[in-house]
Amino acid sequence: MGSSMIEGALGIGTLSILVWLPILGGLLLLLGRAETRPGEKGANLRLDRWLALAVSVLTFVLSVPLWTQFDASTPSMQFVERLPWIRTFNVEYYLGVDGFSMPLILLTTFLTPIVVLAGWQVIEKRTAQYFAAFLILEGLMIGVFAALDALLFYVFWEAMLIPMFIIIGVWGGERRVYATMKFFLYTFLGSVFMLVALIYLYLKSGSYSILDFQNLPLTLTEQILIFLAFLFAFAVKVPMWPVHTWLPDAHVEAPTGGSVILAAVLLKMGGYGFIRFSLPITPDASSELAWLMISLSLVAVVYIGLVALVQKDMKKLIAYSSIAHMGFVTLGFFVGWQILERTGTTAGIAMGISGGMFQMISHGFISGALFLCVGVLYDRLHSRQIADYGGVVNTMPRFAAFMVLFALANAGLPGTSGFVGEFLVILAVFKAGFWYAFLAATTLILGAAYTLWMVKRVVFGAVANEGVAGLSDASGRELLILALVAAGVLGLGLWPAPLADVMAASVDHLALQITQSKLAGAL
Amino acid sequence: MERIYLAIVLCPLFAALVAGLFGRQIGRAGAHTVTILGVGASFGLSLLVLKDQWLEGAAAFNGTVYTWAVVDGVTMNVGFLVDRLTALMMVVVTSVSLMVHVYTIGYMHDDPGYQRFFSYISLFTFAMLTLVMANNFLQLFFGWEAVGLVSYLLIGFWYTRPTAIVANLKAFLVNRVGDFGFLLGIALILMATGSLDYATVFARAPEMSTQTIELWSGAPWSVMTVACLLLFVGAMGKSAQMPLHVWLPDSMEGPTPISALIHAATMVTAGVFMVARMSPLFEYSETALSVVLVIGATTALFTGFLGVVQNDIKRVVAYSTLSQLGYMTAALGASAYAVGVFHLMTHAFFKALLFLAAGSVIVAMHHEQDIRKMGGLRKYLPITWLTCLIGTLSLIGFPGFSGFFSKDALIEAVGHADRAGATYAWWCLLIGVFVTALYSFRMYFLVFHGPERLDAETKAHLHESPWVITLPLVLLAIPSAIVGWPTIAPVVFGDYFGSAIMVLERNDVLGELAGEFHGPWAYILHAFSAPIPYLALAGALTAWYLYLRNPGLAETVRLRFRWLHTLLMNKYYFDDFNDKVLARGSRGLGNLFWQLGDVLVIDGGLVNGSARLVGWAAQVSRQLQSGYLYHYAFAMIIGLAVMVGWLLLGA
Repeated sequence: MGSSMIEGALGIGTLSILVWLPILGGLLLLLGRAETRPGEKGANLRLDRWLALAVSVLTFVLSVPLWTQFDASTPSMQFVERLPWIRTFNVEYYLGVDGFSMPLILLTTFLTPIVVLAGWQVIEKRTAQYFAAFLILEGLMIGVFAALDALLFYVFWEAMLIPMFIIIGVWGGERRVYATMKFFLYTFLGSVFMLVALIYLYLKSGSYSILDFQNLPLTLTEQILIFLAFLFAFAVKVPMWPVHTWLPDAHVEAPTGGSVILAAVLLKMGGYGFIRFSLPITPDASSELAWLMISLSLVAVVYIGLVALVQKDMKKLIAYSSIAHMGFVTLGFFVGWQILERTGTTAGIAMGISGGMFQMISHGFISGALFLCVGVLYDRLHSRQIADYGGVVNTMPRFAAFMVLFALANAGLPGTSGFVGEFLVILAVFKAGFWYAFLAATTLILGAAYTLWMVKRVVFGAVANEGVAGLSDASGRELLILALVAAGVLGLGLWPAPLADVMAASVDHLALQITQSKLAGAL
Repeated sequence: MERIYLAIVLCPLFAALVAGLFGRQIGRAGAHTVTILGVGASFGLSLLVLKDQWLEGAAAFNGTVYTWAVVDGVTMNVGFLVDRLTALMMVVVTSVSLMVHVYTIGYMHDDPGYQRFFSYISLFTFAMLTLVMANNFLQLFFGWEAVGLVSYLLIGFWYTRPTAIVANLKAFLVNRVGDFGFLLGIALILMATGSLDYATVFARAPEMSTQTIELWSGAPWSVMTVACLLLFVGAMGKSAQMPLHVWLPDSMEGPTPISALIHAATMVTAGVFMVARMSPLFEYSETALSVVLVIGATTALFTGFLGVVQNDIKRVVAYSTLSQLGYMTAALGASAYAVGVFHLMTHAFFKALLFLAAGSVIVAMHHEQDIRKMGGLRKYLPITWLTCLIGTLSLIGFPGFSGFFSKDALIEAVGHADRAGATYAWWCLLIGVFVTALYSFRMYFLVFHGPERLDAETKAHLHESPWVITLPLVLLAIPSAIVGWPTIAPVVFGDYFGSAIMVLERNDVLGELAGEFHGPWAYILHAFSAPIPYLALAGALTAWYLYLRNPGLAETVRLRFRWLHTLLMNKYYFDDFNDKVLARGSRGLGNLFWQLGDVLVIDGGLVNGSARLVGWAAQVSRQLQSGYLYHYAFAMIIGLAVMVGWLLLGA
């Protein structure tokens, strides 16, 4: 493959290429177009977006070997790169992937070209900077998923906020300043506690390696404090109830591409954090506090599901739907201990974790797709209000077919990716208790209610007003991006086995890790 | 045979994709040709499978097509189980579907969504076949939701009609309530047996029946009872049993061909099929079977009453479908699965016939559906009239017609069941016979006999439908009339189903009755010694008297029992309850959580509150930074003094 050639020629690993190629591409865009003025069009603009597309597509192509050359039989890290970075503090440039991070990196590299295409003709001011922000963001997100050194992870984690902050703040809607501040404060406050926990773990272990942290014995008190510090950082990102209120505002104000990346990838960082840090580093605390996590997850499913029902703004509705769906992720991750307690066996723990992972990947596709759909409508009528639409199918039949497909996927229809995660999590949660599963399964009704009711009011019906009457159907470019995501949604739903297989070894390993107490070796 | 099974499923799917994606290129004729060929091939091959299974006694096939996923040691497959139950269902589904495909050419010929419609009904056929041919719970759920999806798309086919897009949303959501229970049932079965495959689960049923589960502390329930009840909730949704029946009458907003195919003959019987398929589980739970029996019988009677007051021709048939589904369900509850499925089959033919006949009337009447504006159509629509009469006679169980054999055996089986609720159920079903005949003949007389109440305009254009419409009517009238003769002996009282349906010795009511069965002729004669045919006759005569002979009396009765009429017209207020309490309540709760929880407490209190706290703290600390040097110097001196003092004292 191409990447191994570059690897051989430059002595750089695949993961490094994936992290730095888009960042360099973004910087190139910024430097080359530093004098871009608002409203500038023509050759420069075309060059900018083609360059952005080329870099993002190349990144995706280079990321494919992560999948094809992945050894699914082992939970250990692969494509490892390890160099000293700050010797004094034993900080390393340490990258690697396992069955959890590899699919998330592919999700990122798959969606970035789509986001570039989504902004193709729409972004009129500071185009070069817009595309640059997304490329840099892509590199940093890949860095988060690939970093195995906690400090390196933290650097990527925090640095990622900056392009996202800029994307919402510069290309956002009317209340973008309020939304960015809320977004920044929430997420930044969360991460500060995480930094404290990471430094504490460094002081105990003498290393910043996340894998070393995972093997470190800790007392219950230590674990609980560390768990809570992590919880703050990750719960905000997921987001879990009650630290979720930044998300609807951020989505509403973000440009389409920003919403897509925010929902599809950024939220996954929270779930990934739980898998990489909380569960294996503090298993006993996670066990102690599993009741809390399960409760918050179920609140997300039921409470947020009901809130989504009454939203009048399409983006807000999808944002709330995201929170409800992400509830399944945390539910699947934390239900294991209750299964162990109730049934006395470990059967079902891995199913919960797999289900949570499936839900993350699937939600990346579906929420991304729904935001793209809203973007297509918004580009035409400049409104996100459900009440401003009605009967879109009459004027945009092709687009409507896609929107209905994604809506049904959001409602968890079997055959789409939306079903897989929810199905597995519900199967697993039942073992922890009937009523947990009962509450979780209400998503079947609530999810269908809020999504299809929106579809009824927006897509179906007679043409509601002159605006809708004048709509033109989706362009070739728009159909292409919707079709690409639709392929992902259907592919994952009809045949999830390949993804299940690459995750299996890592999932089983984690399921084993979390049942092994770390108290024994701790003082 | 494996390739044949695959071809049976994939032909309609392929046709649906071609008609759906390339509808514009292949045109209208192309769309109906490819889909009819697809479903026709399916039908032909299904007949082959039936012959293989029944006449040649082939062993049941149980095999995997592909592995969907392996998670946590649980293998989830897509695969087929083809035994005699499946084979029967396959033939019923593909034959009715084929008739409906042909009929659609005539019914939808000037509709702009012609290709889309053909694509949908072929897709439905594919989904229904995956459902009945599944060999595991995962695929069952796939098919289950897929038929629901196509039903959703087809009820809302005329998407500009406000009523249609309310009805399809309602249908989907009510079905989702059923699926909610269904999914939990599947989860419990996985927990109890560690597998999703029918064969493994059924093999472990006896041991599963001894396990218990605590739903709330101190109250152990039998795992089998809970699992079966949860599965049955799914069946209640799909097969429209009370109180989840509310979506079916509204589904009549869809075009008539799909009312026949989906909302009468096939999809709505999926629940009945599923319970019959799960007989190895249900047999181990008396409680669950009693619930099935009582709910089925209640639905059979009380939705029948509603049929009497309806004036929309399709809605009368729809309520009749609800009522007949109740009969089938009651049979399942009596452990008489075979007769439940038998009634499913005869009902598929005569009810599809009745719907298609109603559609023929609607086309002739230029889309007028109110039976009060019809009358005397017999001489204008001779084929429609005759086939409709055959369908009606079959529905009310007129001796000799297919519906007679299935309904008579069904009621007898329930009467012999020894189970809590069986007596109640038997009475419901018996009274139901009278009610069925009453509403059926009320519609029949009001449409085809009596004075012509149509307007002159309609009358001038009134003529029999084209052959693509009448041919399916005739082809469906034949099995509606006679299919019971050759089939009752093997299917109900014989060993047709073999191991496909499992009945415990102590529950085997049909086995008991089989001893008294001496062929169809004797069965008809024997029937006259029971009240059933007399009740049917009485119902038909009452309809004749009230609606033909003495029409004024019907009005008098209505005025006399106004409260009853109001109750029935409002459908026992189920819709009002759902709209005003459940739907409005959910939205109210959503608004409360949003405005009170998110906006007021979390954003207003916590987020902006902490922002205000920070602001306040900044305000206070700003006072400290006054900018006067002597303030700072003073503070430093005090600080120094405190530190020194603390060090001295502490030491």
